[in-house]
Amino acid sequence: MENSSIIKIEKLVKRFPVGKTEFTALNDISVSFGAGEFAGLVGPSGSGKTTLLNIMGSLDSPSEGDVDVLGRSVSSLSHKQSAKLRNHHIGFIFQTYNLLPVYTVYENVEFALLLQKLSGSERKKAVMDSLEWVGLTDKVKSRPSMLSGGECQRVAIARSMVKRPEIVLADEPTANLDSKNSHNILQTMKNLNRELKTTFIFATHDEKVMQYLNRIIFLEDGKIVKDNLINDSKN
Amino acid sequence: MTQKTKIMLALKLAFKNLMGAGLRTWLNVSVLSFAFVIIIFYNGMIDGWNRQSRRDTQEWETGKGQFWHPEYDRYDAYTIKDAHAPMSEEIQAEVKKKNLAPVLITQATAFPQGRMQEVIIKGVDPEQTVLKLPTVTLVPSGDIDYAIIGKRMAESCKLNVGDRLLIRWRDKNGTFDAREIQIASIFKCDVPTVDKGQIYLSLDVLQKMMGMSNEVTMLVAGNGFINKDLKNWDFKDSAFLLADLDKIIQAKKAGGSIMEGLLLIIALIAIFDTQVLSIFRRQKEIGTYIALGMTRPQVVGIFTVEGGAHSILATLLGAVYGIPLFLLLGKVGISMKAAQMTDMAIAETIYPFYSLRLIIITIFLVVISATIVSYLPARKISKMKPTDALKGKLQ
Ligand SMILES: Nc1ncnc2c1ncn2[C@@H]1O[C@H](COP(=O)(O)OP(=O)(O)OP(=O)(O)O)[C@@H](O)[C@H]1O
Ligand SMILES: [Mg+2]
Repeated sequence: MENSSIIKIEKLVKRFPVGKTEFTALNDISVSFGAGEFAGLVGPSGSGKTTLLNIMGSLDSPSEGDVDVLGRSVSSLSHKQSAKLRNHHIGFIFQTYNLLPVYTVYENVEFALLLQKLSGSERKKAVMDSLEWVGLTDKVKSRPSMLSGGECQRVAIARSMVKRPEIVLADEPTANLDSKNSHNILQTMKNLNRELKTTFIFATHDEKVMQYLNRIIFLEDGKIVKDNLINDSKN
Repeated sequence: MTQKTKIMLALKLAFKNLMGAGLRTWLNVSVLSFAFVIIIFYNGMIDGWNRQSRRDTQEWETGKGQFWHPEYDRYDAYTIKDAHAPMSEEIQAEVKKKNLAPVLITQATAFPQGRMQEVIIKGVDPEQTVLKLPTVTLVPSGDIDYAIIGKRMAESCKLNVGDRLLIRWRDKNGTFDAREIQIASIFKCDVPTVDKGQIYLSLDVLQKMMGMSNEVTMLVAGNGFINKDLKNWDFKDSAFLLADLDKIIQAKKAGGSIMEGLLLIIALIAIFDTQVLSIFRRQKEIGTYIALGMTRPQVVGIFTVEGGAHSILATLLGAVYGIPLFLLLGKVGISMKAAQMTDMAIAETIYPFYSLRLIIITIFLVVISATIVSYLPARKISKMKPTDALKGKLQ
């Protein structure tokens, strides 16, 4: 397990300045994730799930401790290096989808690739492949405003997957979806996790998500209180 | 990704966002295009005026330059008395070839309808072709001396063709003399200094009246004159002779640029405001760009290009209504009747002149200034924390 861990966190502390004092959002977190995991951070509101996810995505930096993502220590990365890490290796999925409203489905997915050096045809193939994974090839020309919430989130999944990242970080991806759509996108992600060996890490308090996870890490007040491996996860 | 594709990407995104913003974009673009069109219109008008006035002044008064008697100063009437000298044979030869137009100048008093008026009398060779003055009508016939005057002079003295006018002058020796002259023709010229208070006689006639045989005050060079020095005559080039006109044009341009500047500033404030608002409202989008792997300078670039792209749309919109307007005005001209009452050299109708240079400079000015005001608020992005931006909770 040690060898294949793609995220390694040791003694992570995250404090936020609040007025003149500081608030400790994450306290002494040590955890690792291996390639191909389908894991979830679970805990009450304010327990630090999003904060931990953001640090793993190099959107935020640790106050103390080491966070190693794909062999890079995130606290030592320059802005440019962490942008590159995100662009090539980490996909994000948000509760509110965060699609660009002026772009079509196709362009939204393509956007993530435009920052990379790819030929037009390579790019097109990658975009169409990932739209196929989420079953949206018939909506390439639609704009986000014309799509349902579930469809929007599928576009977001395609966008996060189009660059074939090692890691996808999903913060409450089902919170705005009904049960049917939630299961639908979870199944999609589970399939991608199996086929492409992409590591998925969720932040959630949605029971539906938990059914799919093969590892649940419970957070409370910025601390890991339980770390359960689940073998008989739902297909 | 190459620099070029980056810019193309930013531009594409910019236009999509601008179109998405709808009415707000079009309001900004309209104001900016209006500033744009006004700047070109006003400067085109001044340039047209400048060109026409220069051409008129050269055709009617200054030619390709003038050779002055060293004593002569056009602003000091007292110099006229001593500013005359005989023409050398070399000069006479050039006059014969119509390369130089000799002019003798003197002060005199005219008595139109019993009133008294100070005038400048210019003796001009009736056969000259250097200046547009209809001097052929000065060719003598009978025993009356012919004169030509301009329309403004004719109006102020209430004179018509065929009318007679009494003039009184001092000759070379300071002795007063008087005689009646007859108006042979009245010309229409937009250059006031050629017209107001000026009476043109045949050079021979004036030389005899003054007792200054073969003498002149200045020589106006024509197109055929090959630039060379004439001994004892000071050459004044067009830059010198048109300096007054240049000054007026400069002043008009400066005056106009205040108005243009204000218009542009209003348009730029609108863009600035839009930028501030859009960066505030689109924090989540900014956070998303960063999550997708853009650096913050790249996001600043996207927003700067987006704001700056207002200017491109403004150029296009300005072209849509500006080009027909400019073409029309270039054809029918702009009436300047009111301004003709002044002492400025201005035609009854100005035909605006839109140079490529003017258009390029204006586009450049509008694009650069719109980009700068778009960049200023966008800089704020580089200080944003991506996590805060994603939450959209920045103030
Ligand atoms: N930028 C910040 N400044 C100050 N405090 C912060 C900041 N970001 C997060 N916090 C605090 O850190 C704690 C953890 O926040 P976080 O967003 O990680 O919680 P969460 O587990 O994701 O909660 P939720 O389930 O509501 O999304 C919260 O108490 C929050 O108020
Ligand atoms: Mg959260």
